[in-house]
Amino acid sequence: MSDLHIENVSMRFDLPGGGSVQALKNINLDIKSGQLLSVLGPSGCGKTTLLNIIAGFLAPTDGDIHLEGELINGPGPERGMVFQQGALFEWMSVRKNVSFGPDMKGVAKAKSAPEVDRLLELVGLQDFKDKAVYELSGGMQQRVALARCLANDPDVILMDEPLGALDALTREKMQSLVLDLWKETGKTIILITHSVEEALLLGERLLVMAPRPGRVHKEYYLPFADLGVGADLREVKKHPDYTAKREEILAMIWEMEEEIMGRTEGAN
Amino acid sequence: MHESSVFSDLANETLNIIISISSILPYLFGYIVIILASLFIWRTVRRGVSLGKNYNSLKTVTFGDESTVVSNKSASIVSVLLIFLLWGSFTGSKLLPGFLHMPGPYVGSNEFTYTAQNDVGEEDSATVSLVVHVAGEKASKPTIKAGDGIAVNDVMVIQAYRSKLLAWDLNDQVKRKWGGKIVKVNDQPISKNNPVDVGFARVSLTDKGTLNVVPHKGIQMEHIYLPAPEQVWTRLVNIANQGYQNVTLGQHLGFSLWRVIIGFLIGALVGIPLGYAMGLSNWFRGWFDPIVEFMRPVPPLALIPLVIIWAGIGEEGKVVLLFLAALWIMAIAARSGVSGVRITKIHAAYSLGASKFQILLRVIIPNSLPEIFTGARVAMGVCWGTVVAAELVAAEKGLGKMIVAASKFQNTDVVIMGIVLIGVIGFAIDVGIRLLEKYLVPWKGKG
Repeated sequence: MSDLHIENVSMRFDLPGGGSVQALKNINLDIKSGQLLSVLGPSGCGKTTLLNIIAGFLAPTDGDIHLEGELINGPGPERGMVFQQGALFEWMSVRKNVSFGPDMKGVAKAKSAPEVDRLLELVGLQDFKDKAVYELSGGMQQRVALARCLANDPDVILMDEPLGALDALTREKMQSLVLDLWKETGKTIILITHSVEEALLLGERLLVMAPRPGRVHKEYYLPFADLGVGADLREVKKHPDYTAKREEILAMIWEMEEEIMGRTEGAN
Repeated sequence: MHESSVFSDLANETLNIIISISSILPYLFGYIVIILASLFIWRTVRRGVSLGKNYNSLKTVTFGDESTVVSNKSASIVSVLLIFLLWGSFTGSKLLPGFLHMPGPYVGSNEFTYTAQNDVGEEDSATVSLVVHVAGEKASKPTIKAGDGIAVNDVMVIQAYRSKLLAWDLNDQVKRKWGGKIVKVNDQPISKNNPVDVGFARVSLTDKGTLNVVPHKGIQMEHIYLPAPEQVWTRLVNIANQGYQNVTLGQHLGFSLWRVIIGFLIGALVGIPLGYAMGLSNWFRGWFDPIVEFMRPVPPLALIPLVIIWAGIGEEGKVVLLFLAALWIMAIAARSGVSGVRITKIHAAYSLGASKFQILLRVIIPNSLPEIFTGARVAMGVCWGTVVAAELVAAEKGLGKMIVAASKFQNTDVVIMGIVLIGVIGFAIDVGIRLLEKYLVPWKGKG
């Protein structure tokens, strides 16, 4: 069982001008193995902070996170990370990037090569193995990032707005790819996103977070991810439930944004 | 010294500089006219032979669009050719046809007459036969008839660009000590403040009553100040084959390059790890920040006297100097290369299971290479400049030593040859590092 238990996690940052800000307050979450969780919220709600704490890049001021019963106190290969962009190694070919994890573990080239080939085929980059990563388009680079993450065979994949920098069409294709990979590999995926549509389409469980202090505002369990696997995502979007949920969540986030605006204007 | 004198001194110097600059302005203006005229000619020719359209030629807004401004190859060629043309023209180069030469100094045989008067008012004329010859050539005195009367004909041999005094009364019956003097030259009256131009020379009367003959110099440069291009080339071939002052050109070149490469390599070998340490550790950054930030603005040239005092004029001193020149630049380049690594790359590497050592080796070092190459280009440029300066001050071999030794013997052709070589090698070093960079760091600027 590779369940992820988040207990009472709080995070407080010191501000450079003195004082501090509560980025997260009392987050409690149980994420089952194989779950695809999407996290949504207005800017400043602490969703990236939460992801960085799970990844082990930050230590929470309070609370613990356990993966498979083991306390997280630093980054580790069992929690793979996919970033928005710029996290690939330009000095390596596509294939070298993907085999980075196995190489670090000291796995012999000959042993890791078939798996690397399989993953590159899975993300549709079999013809670009020996290209330099800077020669690829943004969408292709994110495919490399996904394959690189999978090559390490992590228990949990953490995605920090991985499709945020892509154009709308590429983004749609990549969303299908993420769903397919999720079904194919059965990995736990935590996906941070700004896009309500993406959160609805990809998250079988959706978390809406609220800012100041960062906390879980509302939680949904959704059927769309299962519907979307191997199907046309545009068909899923026509689902009446999908439209209703989208409007509900958009209204919720608008309200939060307006509250933030009002607060800052009041402060002025 | 009075306190305010430095200000008045500087004010005077400023005034002098402004005056010198304003005397250059007409030439500057002429040069700009040449540039614009050649542009006009080029445009006219271009219009005649259409070279087809590219994307840029279809843009209607070009003024202010940086992307449409590319170095015009034709302009570069014309500009360089013009420099050689002016050089050849003002030095009377044999590579150029004669009509392109600026008027040179007078060379040849000619004569003028002077009229002497003795104390009782008797006058007599005599002819001065004059040979003006090129420097380095031997000219024999022409034989002349003595002539009659109280003034006797004279003979003079003068080197071009030089002048000569004529003690005309040595062979005359009219003597200056008896009150004799010259009243006319070429039948024109002459006095101390009233020289006479005899067509090919200017003749003036000195305080002591002798004649000062100055053949016309034209507006070409004297070869001792600026040799013709072919002279410089001949010198290069000559020195390449036989050497200069018992040292071959290869040795001069080799020593200079060897110092730069050794100094740079040691500087990089120490500076890069130092920069990494400063980029990776608070303690090291705190420790070395004051030292690096203080040493970086000190020009390496200012260290030459100290290095000579400490290490003498041998090779150690120069290598130490170049080491110091390269060290801080390379340390700063490596430091900013480490600081410039995106945190997402580091995070990604940790998430993929890399250890600290693996991250240093596989992520931080490759990521810093572009910065290090930029630093290397700067450092090599500074080292090259510093080595030449150091050799000017003290060395036995090296390009700088060669030109400073040549300057002491007025061997301007060697000096110019040396300067051109220094420029060419500096440029070649820069191009070499850029090629190496393209080959080794193809991802530069693409992260």
